Amino acid sequence: MKRFAGLATALLLACNAQAADQLKIGFLSTLSGPAGGIGVEIRDGFNLALKLAGGKLGGMPTEVVIADDTLNPDTGRQLAERMLRRDRVNLMTGIVFSNVMLAVWPTLQQAKVFYVAPNATPTAITGKGCSPYFFSASWPNEAHHEAAGEFANSKGFKNAFLIAPNYPAGKDALTGFKRMYKGAIVSETYSKLNQLDYSAELAQMRAAHPDAVYAFLPGGMGINFIKQFVAAGLSKDTQLIVPGFASDQDVVRAVGDPMLGLFDTSQWAYDLDNDANRRFVNEFEKEYRRIPTLYAEQGYTAALIIDQAVRDAKGKVEDEKAFHAALMKAPERAKTPRGKWKEAANGTPIQDYYVRALVKDRQGRIVNRKIATILHDHRDYWAKDCPMK
Amino acid sequence: MSATLFLEQGLNGLQFGLMLFLLAAGLTLVFGIMDMINLAHGSLYMVGAYLMASFVQATGSFWLALPLALAATGVVGALLELTLLRRLYARDHLTQVLATFAIILIANEAVRLVWGSQPILLNAPPSLTGPVTLPGGMQYASYRLLIIGVGVAVAVLLYFLVAKTRVGMLVRAGASNREMARAMGVDIGRLFTGVFALGAALCALAGAMLGPILAVQVGMGENILILAFVVIVIGGIGSIRGALVGSLLVGIVDTGGRAFLPLLFGTFLPPQMASAAGPAIASVLIYLLMAVVLYFRPQGLFPARG
Amino acid sequence: MSRVLPIFLLLAAFPLAMQAMDGLFYVSLASRMLIYAIAATSLNLALGYGGMVSFGHAAFFGAGAYTVGILAAEGVTSLWLAWPAAVTVAALAALFIGAVSLRTRGVYFIMITLAFAQMVYYLFVSLKTYGGEDGLALRGRSDPGFGLSLSGDLAWYYVVLALFGSLAYGLHRLAGSRFGRAIEAIRENSARAEAIGFPVYRYQLACFVISGAAAGLAGALIANQSSYVSPSLLHWIQSGTLMIMVILGGVGTLWGGALGALALLGLEHLIADYQIGWLARLAPNYQDHAGLAVGAVLLAVVLAAPRGLVGMFARRKSA
Repeated sequence: MKRFAGLATALLLACNAQAADQLKIGFLSTLSGPAGGIGVEIRDGFNLALKLAGGKLGGMPTEVVIADDTLNPDTGRQLAERMLRRDRVNLMTGIVFSNVMLAVWPTLQQAKVFYVAPNATPTAITGKGCSPYFFSASWPNEAHHEAAGEFANSKGFKNAFLIAPNYPAGKDALTGFKRMYKGAIVSETYSKLNQLDYSAELAQMRAAHPDAVYAFLPGGMGINFIKQFVAAGLSKDTQLIVPGFASDQDVVRAVGDPMLGLFDTSQWAYDLDNDANRRFVNEFEKEYRRIPTLYAEQGYTAALIIDQAVRDAKGKVEDEKAFHAALMKAPERAKTPRGKWKEAANGTPIQDYYVRALVKDRQGRIVNRKIATILHDHRDYWAKDCPMK
Repeated sequence: MSATLFLEQGLNGLQFGLMLFLLAAGLTLVFGIMDMINLAHGSLYMVGAYLMASFVQATGSFWLALPLALAATGVVGALLELTLLRRLYARDHLTQVLATFAIILIANEAVRLVWGSQPILLNAPPSLTGPVTLPGGMQYASYRLLIIGVGVAVAVLLYFLVAKTRVGMLVRAGASNREMARAMGVDIGRLFTGVFALGAALCALAGAMLGPILAVQVGMGENILILAFVVIVIGGIGSIRGALVGSLLVGIVDTGGRAFLPLLFGTFLPPQMASAAGPAIASVLIYLLMAVVLYFRPQGLFPARG
Repeated sequence: MSRVLPIFLLLAAFPLAMQAMDGLFYVSLASRMLIYAIAATSLNLALGYGGMVSFGHAAFFGAGAYTVGILAAEGVTSLWLAWPAAVTVAALAALFIGAVSLRTRGVYFIMITLAFAQMVYYLFVSLKTYGGEDGLALRGRSDPGFGLSLSGDLAWYYVVLALFGSLAYGLHRLAGSRFGRAIEAIRENSARAEAIGFPVYRYQLACFVISGAAAGLAGALIANQSSYVSPSLLHWIQSGTLMIMVILGGVGTLWGGALGALALLGLEHLIADYQIGWLARLAPNYQDHAGLAVGAVLLAVVLAAPRGLVGMFARRKSA
């Protein structure tokens, strides 16, 4: 114990000298485990933007402190506390999963540090519980699922079987789908988070004979589900629709050809026609030698937003009012791969959502090609509950 | 609820149970013969899956890779036994727990170092990625049928090995009374290494077969390890027959519970609650099953110790 | 006692030093370590002194934590109600689980305690009203009344330190008492103890219940530490970690639990948080692989120090 105290003291004194005028961003994400690939994509997108900006966001030298919450809310809390109290970060970003987000949020609120969401945007923080410290650079949790519900309508599917993991975003997902979908819901099933074997649920699907199956299963869960869905012979009679999370390049790399013919919804597609997107896709493929997923775009855009906002607030991240105003205006001023979009008062994006299909491109690679725009300038449903206007 | 639903869930339970058997068989032998609690058994399962994935990538063929993965993991197991685990036989169970727990940590990190921390891809052989039509018209994933086939084949082979061969007799003697077996001139050292290598190969088989269905990732062993322990306690420590019966019981109860309890709860609970309570209670069923078995048969169903 | 006093004085001075150096984060960290020291020490009573290898102690730890959490969610935040309630709930759980499990022996006892703990775990996972798998956040620490507050790092640390000290003292007295020596005799040879006339089952059960109750107190403290409870507190890996701490520190010794907890948690933190320059140049990502070092250290302790860390220190002192 004596030795430990001594060591800690010495190292603490050494670490205490910290540069002012430096942007220190806490990047807390899920970087390992079945869904770890998502955090890695977001991190890679974020780092690419940082690299292209010469290591400076908003003109300030930027240090990024990265930590892995391993999809454990308790670990996430402890790491957030460490980043805030020991590393003294002045901005936070990175969280992938809504359960971690909700567990960490009280800690972030107490510290009065701005959080830019590159993924999880739970309705609990965008509705009644909205806060000026929360800025989503991704999408409201229910958006892709509302888009999918609308798409299912457009295809005339009369009944649907729904499945999502049993955690806040899963619940948000099916709520969103049900809001837009006008057909009959055959079943609303919640699997376990990080569940890998879907034989039980697939057996139920087979017995139920639905027109369509809507599955929100991000990361490794989606990989397994799609493989098993096709293996069980269900893809012949039932159309599988998923949100973009379950069918992007990470899943494509794992599953391959069985995915052709799948439809998904997304806030971004790799073939969106604007300069910023072309630059993003080219640089990403050059740097990482793979096609970016929507997660990578979210990480990249989050960095761009931070860059724009810090620049517009002239580096005063601690000035709450100034930085908040700068953040709100950032999507319109920054050149993001999504093109032009706005931020609503409750901290969620107002943007278009597309339907994509899994096809092979000219080089024979399986890609998510944009088929149509299914929702225009779509707002978060729960913005109505937010007292901030 | 239709007949096909029951049939399909029944097959699922059989598949899960047989894979559990592969793990439990090795575990029960090690525990029964060497009297060693080996928490690192799950790590061998993980290493087997990872080696399989690498061999498939290297050779391009599932069927070529399988025997390679089994052999390689068997070697890993034998090396582990010769270098580290040998020193633990004489120690008490608690020390074995600590040491093998340390091995789990080291194995997880070693795998992460070699293969990275993302789950890696292991796909079923291309010929088995689709369904088969069973008699009666129902479709079932052909790969899962393969798993069932492999499980049954291994069970038969193990039975043959243990009940009908000389080596098997030595194994049973060692499980029944180690001191007596040694006194009768059995080369206990080589027997132990052999048993351990066999257990490792069985783990690798389970890992390789389940890899395409589950994910090949760091820490995959821990989840299944606890179930394997439950199985051997139910079945009786040291008994292969017990491991088989135990794993089938656990496989069917677990799968059936996960499949039908949420449906049952769904009739009077909202979907999110039913979906949470269902699997939770299903998991509890396994432990309840173990408690009930131990109440009536405190040494398990088929205790090996005389 | 004379060896212990300077250490306790150092532990008492530690937070003041940290405050002066703007390192209050470390005080919070130290509180967490002390809470695990309490939990591990409670397990050591049953496992080390009593010889009852409970693989389900996380159930009592978590039950105590959840009692505080659920009471807080229902509006009951008084420390004087919540903490005794946590201890009582844990003690009752230990009474029930112990009563059934102590009828078995050896590895079957281990598995039965594990089974019960898993059942409790799954029970809390299924409680969606109290967060289920995602856990339950508390609005703040328990309220001691009298206008005082435990939200400050220093105050909290001292409360935890005081409880740890009291528990250690209690264990010391218990071990030296007639009951304590009877328990150890039962551990050595229960048949002989029975023959002598000790009511083995009752003594073991009492020991198990006391151990569970203390774990429940640790649980109440951990709920306060993070203002958060989750079912992972009840998972068998948590039970395993507590066992590792006890074995590492020294089974059946007074300070074994505490030493093991401090060593394990301290080692994890040191590796993850403090970069050793030359090692980082050799292997740039070594901090991501802390498990390797922790595993290696554990293995080394097993092979070189059969009686745990306490055994190592004791030997050195006598040399």
